[in-house]
Amino acid sequence: MLITRDPIVVEPLLAETAGPARGGTCLFLGTVRDAPDDHGVTEIEYSGYEAMIEAEFAGMLAEARERWPDARASARHRLGPVPLGEASVAIVVAAPHRDEAFVACRYLIEAVKARLPIWKKEQRRDGSSVWVTPADRT
Amino acid sequence: MARAHHGYHRELTRVTEARTLGRVQLRFFARYAELVGCTDAVVPISLPATVADVVRWARALPGGEALPERPLAAVNLRHARLDTPVHDGDEIALLPPLAGG
Repeated sequence: MLITRDPIVVEPLLAETAGPARGGTCLFLGTVRDAPDDHGVTEIEYSGYEAMIEAEFAGMLAEARERWPDARASARHRLGPVPLGEASVAIVVAAPHRDEAFVACRYLIEAVKARLPIWKKEQRRDGSSVWVTPADRT
Repeated sequence: MARAHHGYHRELTRVTEARTLGRVQLRFFARYAELVGCTDAVVPISLPATVADVVRWARALPGGEALPERPLAAVNLRHARLDTPVHDGDEIALLPPLAGG
């Protein structure tokens, strides 16, 4: 299950991927950040096409499993309002060695951004809100 | 003789297809839902049809003219091109530029 509406807790992800043969674990966290020189962000409201997110993510995990069969991956993506400084996405990959863990983790976060039907609306300090497009933020 | 027989069936098939009506579920998200003022619609459509036909229907809605001509789309939870065929009962989604992470 990828989607959560609660704050992301990473310990369960670490537990889901841990194993005696896996000596390297990579954790990626994406957090809501401010843009003080631009307009100021107080929170981001995430929304998504939930059934497709889960289906697409299952496919991404299967692809990762095929490419890195000895690695194990787990992730969460938060939907709903996420305040400044809190994580919107977490990805954990554990593998026998660090190279695989880093590469597979990078693969998954890039796939999350490129393929999952998720959208974000910035809540700005002046009270306005704006849909964020990939050209605006990466 | 065999050739004429084949041609007869081809014509029948074409006529039958032209008269087939189907319905697809159309879903809008995020900014696109705001543009058209709804999240779901049932689209009556002449089959055979493609995602592009559904997009044309959506762009004819009030507010739909602001939708792009070639949006990202999904059919039954999978990313789909505009020339992907749609079938009766399919769920089609028009996806604004993805911004996860």
